[in-house]
Amino acid sequence: MSEAAISRLPELERVPWRPLADARRLDRLGLMWTGWTIAHTLPFIAVAVALMSLQPLALPVALVAIAHAWIIPELYAQRGANVVRPRSTAGPGKAARHPAEGIAAGLLGDLVGHAPRDLHRSTGLVLERGRLGAWVVGEVGALLFRPGGRRVHCYCVRVNDATLPPADRIAHLLLALRADERGFATVANLAFVGAPWRVRRRLPPELRPALDAGRELAREMGRSAAADAGTALARVAPQ
Amino acid sequence: MSRLIRMDQTGHTTLAEWTTQDPAAVEAAVEAFRRELDRGYFGMVPAGEGKAEQVRELPVDADVVILRLPISGG
Repeated sequence: MSEAAISRLPELERVPWRPLADARRLDRLGLMWTGWTIAHTLPFIAVAVALMSLQPLALPVALVAIAHAWIIPELYAQRGANVVRPRSTAGPGKAARHPAEGIAAGLLGDLVGHAPRDLHRSTGLVLERGRLGAWVVGEVGALLFRPGGRRVHCYCVRVNDATLPPADRIAHLLLALRADERGFATVANLAFVGAPWRVRRRLPPELRPALDAGRELAREMGRSAAADAGTALARVAPQ
Repeated sequence: MSRLIRMDQTGHTTLAEWTTQDPAAVEAAVEAFRRELDRGYFGMVPAGEGKAEQVRELPVDADVVILRLPISGG
């Protein structure tokens, strides 16, 4: 790092109350979200079961309780999926495009490799390998697949300039992510944490390949980490 | 030839180009860089695969310096 380089995102100064994100904190957040989902769901299911056991004629009310148990987690997952939905008219397959999208996509293409460039062309999203996991970055948000690919953290994060072409918006996020991944995950607002399939089925089909690529990269990272841990264990274990 | 690029509504704009052998061009680039920092932009230098550095001063030996705006939680 050069002498003039800044190690932390300056944007962190705007959120001084937030602890800096790290792997342990992210895993703890994942567990908390799972707990919250259960806490939102179980009482409604319990009410439905209790009503049916007390009075079978209460079936309609029990069904309403079951519907609540289903809808609340669905709404959270929808919120998660929304972070990578394209906001502009320049989404993949859309006719209307920002006039400068081609130029911006060229600059973004220079920042990423061949495979992420192709993925961006087809989905409008960019795949990035980080230390905390595999990132899928969109115009107004990013998904973080933790190593192993069992959980996805969905973040709302954006550059506040509506005139920018979508690829430039992604490039802004990508550069900030690359400069300070932990700072990026701290500045961004967490919208949802949960199983990737819950987010995937709420995404338009054309965006799903990006999500699949993110999950696959995270699985690969998980396997590499497990292999490294096994090797380290074999070194220290008594013969 | 090094370039100072600002991401903006036109895709991007090249604000300055310089070589280290041309002090006048370097000075113009440094001036342009400081002006953009004063406008609220941040200077970023791509530093290899998956890495970037945020800089306060123009690194004159960098191939490309990209100016970005602040980000925030949505």
